[in-house]
Amino acid sequence: MKKNRNLMILFAVLLAGLIAPLVTGASGAGFWVEVLLGGLMAGVLYSLVALGFVLIFKASGVFNFAQGAMVLFAALSVARMAEKMPLWAAMLMAVAIMVVLAFVIERLVLRPLVNQDPVVLLMATLGVTYFIDGFGQTVWGSDIYEIDLGIAREPVMILQSVFDGGILINKDDVAATAAAALLVILLALFFQKTKTGRALRAVADDHLAAQSIGIPLNRIWVIVWSLAGVVALVAGVVWGAKLGVQFSISQVALKALPVVILGGFTSIPGAIIGGLIIGVGEKMAEVFLAPIAVKAFDLAGGGIENWFAYVLALLFLLVLPEGLFGEKHIDRV
Amino acid sequence: MGGGKTIGDVVLDLQGISLSFGGVRALQDVTFDVREHEVRAIIGPNGAGKSSMLNVINGVYHPQQGTVSYLGAKRHDVNTHEAAVQGIARTFQNIALFKGMSVLDNIMTGRNLRMKSGLLAQAFRLPSAEREELEHREAVEQVIDFLEIQAHRKTPVGRLPYGLQKRVDLARALAMEPKLLLLDEPMAGMNVEEKQDMCRFILDVNDQFGTTIVLIEHDMGVVMDISDRVIVLDYGKKIGDGTPDEIRGNQAVIDAYLGVSH
Repeated sequence: MKKNRNLMILFAVLLAGLIAPLVTGASGAGFWVEVLLGGLMAGVLYSLVALGFVLIFKASGVFNFAQGAMVLFAALSVARMAEKMPLWAAMLMAVAIMVVLAFVIERLVLRPLVNQDPVVLLMATLGVTYFIDGFGQTVWGSDIYEIDLGIAREPVMILQSVFDGGILINKDDVAATAAAALLVILLALFFQKTKTGRALRAVADDHLAAQSIGIPLNRIWVIVWSLAGVVALVAGVVWGAKLGVQFSISQVALKALPVVILGGFTSIPGAIIGGLIIGVGEKMAEVFLAPIAVKAFDLAGGGIENWFAYVLALLFLLVLPEGLFGEKHIDRV
Repeated sequence: MGGGKTIGDVVLDLQGISLSFGGVRALQDVTFDVREHEVRAIIGPNGAGKSSMLNVINGVYHPQQGTVSYLGAKRHDVNTHEAAVQGIARTFQNIALFKGMSVLDNIMTGRNLRMKSGLLAQAFRLPSAEREELEHREAVEQVIDFLEIQAHRKTPVGRLPYGLQKRVDLARALAMEPKLLLLDEPMAGMNVEEKQDMCRFILDVNDQFGTTIVLIEHDMGVVMDISDRVIVLDYGKKIGDGTPDEIRGNQAVIDAYLGVSH
């Protein structure tokens, strides 16, 4: 099929771009692996935010613009509450806050707008975004706050025997990756193996039919927004610990958009793999493409990291509109 | 017709149901009942209010006037979810299956109300949850056998041909073990062979499980063959109610279907 061929070409180009620096000797193996790992770690964070998008889209068909704001809000809650109590207590409290938020959003926004056009719901979540952003500042303040996970920040040198000069990695990055992996496994179990997961998938497919077999729509929405809230919390804490809790988190969260386009709006594995591809892609582009741009065209060379993800997503949209793992729609005509 | 079956008491009683959408009066003062174990058909030309009637029973619409009594008690305005809890299941005119899921998972959703294990017990596959899942899987397998869709268990429903999708829709409703089963045009768009199969399944359900069935159908031949009693709607009003033989001889019904010169 033509589509498949295009996809193969796209992947071949990406792969070629990935290993080019290594083959052409533009970088040492150790440095290349370091950049790769750095990209993967950043990708995990994108994946976490994208996961929140996918959860809500899967279960309610709503594209939740507010996911980024929820990440910031959760991170702010943890950071500020951790000043007065142990971190674990602050995290538990923050989970409770996110669940309450889910209840409020369901009651005040989703329920009155049930059966409206998707675009109406999208606008509604835009409103929710600005509300949560502002409300977070009202309650918790607008400075830069820190979250201390108690993991040493200094990088560790590993594999010195394999690569010349070894590879530097951060312990907190490794912890973040492990947390993300655990979360993904739990979510996959939940969706595939529990009756609530089945109910969530049912609601995603057909509201009316789901209700007719006795699935309570409102409760399902509260559950799924709570889940998205918890995912946002994990993303917010990991991110906040790395970069500090600040407003820019909710902006960076927009990187999850190209991730879900790439991975497919309805796929949890898609969100993960999409995040990793984008994370690695933009780091590689920034580190290895920028110098070429500077040398060949006498450009300034910076900022590739900012647009690379979106261009990549655009390419995927052209070749594979439903994303790598999205549900294929087979319509009978 | 289930030879020698006994029709029981009234399970569903609708009195003076009126429903309008803005200026459109979909149902006007319609009164009828449904008895236990019977196959009750609602027929009528397009736009007669058949689907509206079914949706009133199912709790999708709430009539402005009239009362609905179910299992001997007057029912307040329920929503679809509550109706399901009370044992009312339905199929849809335009198949409303969960397209992304397999046949098996679709039918399993029909067991949702009956599954009691907590979220964590299920997620971590505790023995109690495991046992429950197996029990319900068994019930689902029976439905699958009954409707002869064994070969398609793992197929995503979107890939099945139309007639089979209709059957899965029925299977999901049956998995709920409903007291009252509502079928919205179960044979619509089917070929003769598929229609015959579906007729057989409906009669078998009625016969073997004793399920009370209310169905809407366009195909008059089918309706007359499988129903115990028929109600005829025209422009939202009831114009006939009785056994198939009585309906055949009813002049108002003949006029409604064939047209009449005034």
